[in-house]
Amino acid sequence: MTNKPAVPTLDHPTFKRVKAAFPGEKFRGTEFRGQSTLVVEPGALHRVMTFLRDECGYNFLSDVVGIDYLNYPAEMPGRFAVAYILCNYDTDDRFFIKVFLDPSIPTDGIEEDPALYLDSVTDLWPGAEWPEREVFDMFGIRFRNHPDLRRILTWEAYPAHPLRKDYPLRGRGEREDYRIVDRTSS
Amino acid sequence: MPYTLKPDQGITPDSDNINYLSDHIDTGDRWVLNFGPQHPATHTTLRLVLELDGERIARCTPHIGYLHSGFEKLGEHLDYNQYVTIVSRMNYLSPVANDICWHHAVESLFGIDITPRCKVLRTIMAELARIQDHLLCIGAAGLDIGAFTAFLYSFNPRERIYDIMDYISGQRFHPDWTRVGGLMQDLPDEAVFKRMVKSFIHDDLPQALKDVEGLVCRNRIFMDRTQGIGVFTREEAIAWSLSGPIARGSGVRRDLRKDEPYLCYADNWDNEGAEAVKFSVPLAYEGDAYCRFLVRVEEIKQSIGIIDQLIDRIPGGPIDTFADSKMVKPNKKDVYGSIEGLIQHFELIMTNRGWEPPIAESYGANETANGELGYYIVSDGGKVPWRVKTRPPSFINYAVVAKMIEGHLLSDIVAVIGSINVVAAELDR
Repeated sequence: MTNKPAVPTLDHPTFKRVKAAFPGEKFRGTEFRGQSTLVVEPGALHRVMTFLRDECGYNFLSDVVGIDYLNYPAEMPGRFAVAYILCNYDTDDRFFIKVFLDPSIPTDGIEEDPALYLDSVTDLWPGAEWPEREVFDMFGIRFRNHPDLRRILTWEAYPAHPLRKDYPLRGRGEREDYRIVDRTSS
Repeated sequence: MPYTLKPDQGITPDSDNINYLSDHIDTGDRWVLNFGPQHPATHTTLRLVLELDGERIARCTPHIGYLHSGFEKLGEHLDYNQYVTIVSRMNYLSPVANDICWHHAVESLFGIDITPRCKVLRTIMAELARIQDHLLCIGAAGLDIGAFTAFLYSFNPRERIYDIMDYISGQRFHPDWTRVGGLMQDLPDEAVFKRMVKSFIHDDLPQALKDVEGLVCRNRIFMDRTQGIGVFTREEAIAWSLSGPIARGSGVRRDLRKDEPYLCYADNWDNEGAEAVKFSVPLAYEGDAYCRFLVRVEEIKQSIGIIDQLIDRIPGGPIDTFADSKMVKPNKKDVYGSIEGLIQHFELIMTNRGWEPPIAESYGANETANGELGYYIVSDGGKVPWRVKTRPPSFINYAVVAKMIEGHLLSDIVAVIGSINVVAAELDR
């Protein structure tokens, strides 16, 4: 087995359909062991997703995945990525959509970064509500038009986005410094 | 701690169609009740903030994360064999199903095809795990609404499954049984394993199922408490990304064992033209808590059929693909008995060596008891994954709990949560 994946074969029919429907947009495609991924510009995400759901029959959103590519060995178009796993129930076909984002401010805090914004797909698949909240919680990527964008797994005042690669495995002392409430505290 | 709630839009009109609630009018008066995180009916730690109109739920806000332990962060620091001990602890009702799914995803990233013997053993264990999970769920569904005896009858045979897990792996609760390209060890004694499994699926389990079904399935109280409760239509179930028995209880015909077949659910699994195992996918169409219960009971019976087809057909041969692949850790006999085994063990285990997977991303999913469990693995070519994202069925399924119970009565919460079978360790990871 070699370290380099085989040359991808971009013959998934959905690639052609999306390309034909959005002639002005920039796309990239990759493929690995039969799983095809379409890389979309952030601005076109919502329109492409609407097209995929309504015209291509991808009626099921399996999951939304956040990824941080800080110091990743292969060249990537951006620091963060959000991947959407779509599924067509009629043909049992899976299709992956990926969006890359680059932060405009340092990523070790929780300040709102205007560059880390995506359009929410909760209006297309309401099931995206919690997965998108998880991406926000873990990576600090915010979603426009999300009905209830709050942290989901960590608590509201958590001072970091813990799955970013610049966040240490053992944390920054949040557990040790957490305020303990007992009968004597006011 | 401050939290914001969604605006109160009144009690949803859909629930006005439920007969026994039709005389409840929306008074506009609200009181807030905190349900959980520590409550026997919340199945470990779930918290719901309920706004009630009398006893009727006007709004429900779930708060999760009480068991969040950073499993996915840990996954970026543990290698492909070590992380199996973490995934095992996600859905602790059927841990071995998580092991099998995790290594299914890893093997699809590495491009490893496992041996027929390994496939059969994994399929048998995956089905036992499904039985294990469903038994607890149908028992607890009864327990939560007062049918205590059914819980005891369904919990008892789970102990037999733990005995089997103990026998094959040395650990009854978290077997951590799979490895990249194989299993941690071959069966200690195939005849004993077969005897244990057969006595379980032919004697203990059918008797327990008969007892539970007799007590609960046509029980008037149970039916009244679960029929028409937490209804989800087929379209809603697909839109809300539901999978597993919850989706099938709403009439969604989707089972990854049929639709994206793997292991022995796929044709030609032994490369000699073997047929896929035969089973049916039970469906129910009402979409309520009762339907989900019936689907689970029927799935147990289908699982018995699958195990029955395979238990006498366990092929011989090796359980791992050590001989063909540089990515598989050899078993101890090869490590101590052959120079190739020793070198390969060294190459994978030493701290400055390790797996060399392709720099790529891949998603692998299995149908587990609760639905589609998947792992999205990003590899940087190093010994540990770059990112492992779990697609936890409990997390996705639990997201609909607010929608399911709004408009119902307070006491219906336990019926709905019991029918979703949410496992908090998997929910929060």
